[in-house]
Amino acid sequence: MTALAALPPLCALVLAPLLPGIITRTRCWLTGRRGPPLLQTYTDIGKLLAKGAVYSRTTTAVFRAGPLVGLAAVVTAAAMVPFGTAAAPLAFPGDLILLCGLLALMRFATVLAALDTGSAFEGMGASREVQFAALAEPALVLALAVVVRSTGNLSLSGAFGALTSAAWASEGAALVLVLGTLFVVYLTENARVPVDDPGTHLELTMIHEVMVLDHGGPDLGLIHYAAALKLWVLGALLVGVALPVQDLMPWAGLLVALAGMLVLAVLVGVVETVMARLKLLRVPQLLVGATALAVLAVVLVMRGRVG
Amino acid sequence: MLLILAGLGLLVLGAIASLMAARSPRRATLLGVGGTIAGCACALVPVVRVLLGHAPESLRLPWSVPFGVFALGLDGLSGFFLLPILALSALAALYGSEYLGAFRGRVVPARAWPFFALLVAAMALVVLARNGVLFLVAWEIMSLAAYFLVVLEDETPAVRSAGWTYLVATHLGTAFLIVMFVVLGHEAGSLDFERFGAALPLAAPLAGLVFVLAMIGFGTKAGFMPLHVWLPEAHPAAPSHVSAVMSGVMIKLGIYGLLRTLTFLGPPPAWWGWTLVAVGLTSGVLGVLFALAQHDLKRLLAYCSVENIGIIALGIGGGLLGVHHGSAALAVLGFAGALLHVVNHALFKGLLFLGAGAVVHATGTREMDQLGGLLKRMPWTGSLFVVGAAAICGLPPLNGFASEFLVFLGAYQGVLHPAAAVAGPALAVLAGLALIGGLAAACFAKVIGVVFLGEARSGHVAQAHDPGTAMTLPMVVLASGCVLVGLAPVLLVGRMGGALEPLTRLPAVAIELALAPALLPLQWITLAAAVLLALVGTLSIWRRRRLAGRPVREALTWDCGYARPTPRMQYTGSSFVRPLTRLFGGFLRTRTTRVAPVGPFPGPAALATATPDVFRDALFRPAFRMASGTLAKLRWLQHGRVQLYVLYILLTLVVLLVWKLR
Repeated sequence: MTALAALPPLCALVLAPLLPGIITRTRCWLTGRRGPPLLQTYTDIGKLLAKGAVYSRTTTAVFRAGPLVGLAAVVTAAAMVPFGTAAAPLAFPGDLILLCGLLALMRFATVLAALDTGSAFEGMGASREVQFAALAEPALVLALAVVVRSTGNLSLSGAFGALTSAAWASEGAALVLVLGTLFVVYLTENARVPVDDPGTHLELTMIHEVMVLDHGGPDLGLIHYAAALKLWVLGALLVGVALPVQDLMPWAGLLVALAGMLVLAVLVGVVETVMARLKLLRVPQLLVGATALAVLAVVLVMRGRVG
Repeated sequence: MLLILAGLGLLVLGAIASLMAARSPRRATLLGVGGTIAGCACALVPVVRVLLGHAPESLRLPWSVPFGVFALGLDGLSGFFLLPILALSALAALYGSEYLGAFRGRVVPARAWPFFALLVAAMALVVLARNGVLFLVAWEIMSLAAYFLVVLEDETPAVRSAGWTYLVATHLGTAFLIVMFVVLGHEAGSLDFERFGAALPLAAPLAGLVFVLAMIGFGTKAGFMPLHVWLPEAHPAAPSHVSAVMSGVMIKLGIYGLLRTLTFLGPPPAWWGWTLVAVGLTSGVLGVLFALAQHDLKRLLAYCSVENIGIIALGIGGGLLGVHHGSAALAVLGFAGALLHVVNHALFKGLLFLGAGAVVHATGTREMDQLGGLLKRMPWTGSLFVVGAAAICGLPPLNGFASEFLVFLGAYQGVLHPAAAVAGPALAVLAGLALIGGLAAACFAKVIGVVFLGEARSGHVAQAHDPGTAMTLPMVVLASGCVLVGLAPVLLVGRMGGALEPLTRLPAVAIELALAPALLPLQWITLAAAVLLALVGTLSIWRRRRLAGRPVREALTWDCGYARPTPRMQYTGSSFVRPLTRLFGGFLRTRTTRVAPVGPFPGPAALATATPDVFRDALFRPAFRMASGTLAKLRWLQHGRVQLYVLYILLTLVVLLVWKLR
């Protein structure tokens, strides 16, 4: 393990709260508002961490453990996703399975904490979350299978290391489809428009935000931080597939990857501006569509090898 | 081998002693439970020794049954199944000693414990038997002992009907097994397992026939869809410690039988692998979907067993494809994942059934929507149940993740295989496992959320409290097992060489070589799990420090400004899974009965949903009706006149004589 390996998790831990700021800023800019400063999320988290806490009398230790387990899971996940040319410190054959497992653990902890409050609204959010997650998971797993197949490598760091411009030249069509799948998964998992609307204040229509209604103080701060980290971790996955930076110098690769994250955040902001949230009944169709894209990509790479 | 025999002897002795002590319920319980635990402990010693790398043991005694030899063998494969059988049975017996106390007056201990000890002995014998007749005898004793345990509460009509379903299913399954052994025996010239292997290779159509017979016969016991119909009936009907043993280990003997048969049949053709992958996908996805839709806690767990059997079948299917296509990595990973999941499922499903038993014990109901908030009243049961539930969802850092990881890794290896005939099924396994994982998480979020979290939904919960030590201790042990195997799966996977050898048809060296790439990631997983746990620990200490000097208050749950939330406003289990059950409504066919509020002054309204088993209603019931309709045409033969029956016998004799003399 080189010193470079510390880079991906370090970038994630430090820079992740920038992403929500960029997304909000883009949305505000496109709709002609000024919007909050870019570093607003840092300020919010800092302010929340300094507060006391209010817990519902209904809740148990499960509610209090939720934010801790969620953050711990996503931090561990951050140690597994390579960034730029740097491999991740936790890299082994099959680490992509552990990544999915850790994200599932984070979700499970959040859902249980939501159900612990005994509130109808949080139950509603939890119910929607598990439904969409169950459909997003096959899409993510199949998309990663395409990456595995086209690079011949079972670890994320290894696969992204082998994902050079040459790989793009030979499997370009499949990788474009994979990017489509990953983008839908990205929006779903991070509770963005068109699946969820982080900006709304109507409990009935929210998914992720409504699940954390009862959290406050440091707990809410940790949740905001964990959500930003998840935005970063899955984003790094997307950027890693999209930008074959392996042929570049390490510093250039890092810069390109950072620029990629910026573009991704702006893109999410643009999607949030130009689209409305989908009807909840439509979301499964979107996710099944994303899975279909991944299947198509798989067919493309397999045909490429055999034929 | 002597210790194994001593263990079996202790079990049988315990059964007899418990029966003899029928006069005193206390003594009957003591003898039955004591005999079971002592027998299991005694037999565990050689099992552990074999798993640690000692040479396989065997024993051959003459037996006066035609074609029967009392041949026993303990190899790696048997050892891997015996470990959970003996461990879980001993723990379940301890649990049952307290649990059955609540049934005083309804269940006679002298009826319960002899059958329990007998069930354990028969399960062990099934795994040890090396002769077809002995195997079938043990199989039948096991099935019948389990039947008598299912119908322990035979005053309830539902229990009797469940027992009946189970009895019919298991005997239909056994019929296929008898045919299978006859075919094998005919080819090999003997019913000894050694000779089956020696008669290799069977002609392809014959091997295919044996495979299909084994899939049906053993699949009925294991609970492959659509042969699973007895599981959701029998598991809720049986007392919880019996459900734990039946679901945790007895149904795995179907898997054992299938695996053992595969070792007789020579190199597998590709379609066996495809069949198992297809069966695994069907059982896995439909099993968890039906589990989602249930209201009865134990019925939900029973359907979930079908799902886990599906995951095991996916592993075996992947393994078979690997063997067929000469991919050692896929073969080893598939079978290793399946075997590890066998042990893991015994751990967490045993834990969950025992936990469900504690809930039923404390509240008197299995209806999840009647419960709620139990974690506060039953902290031990609740927290242990949460561990088991997280494990069964395949979440790191628990054991369910480790075995699903191996199957996943095998499938990703399969994706890399150049042949589309491997990569295709491997992709199906990947997508299926991911969907199953997501749905299982939804299912157990529902169970925990509705039963243990939130506020109590009915008066059932008011008096609930944790059970005594005899019931809590087994759950603690099982939960520790889940954590231990999750943190260090290498402990078990590293010992699998002996079990994998006959399955993968690879020499020991090649297995070592192929296992190495599986062991390395598992060590990394141990590291990642340690990081995860350290982070959780650090964060929790940090938060405690952080909140130390600051105000921490308690308040009501925020209900959008509404200040008087009541328990009835909570999401129920049915509403929680409604989006998913509607999405998959085509498979589930949930029946809704509703009394809608009508008119300007509406009366009371009601809504009830039920999800009966589609296969039972749409497949088996019509099939049995058709069979009995067809067979009714033969009824004129059978009219109750003894004279005519004597005539039939005479005619048969004459026909046989003529045929023989000709």
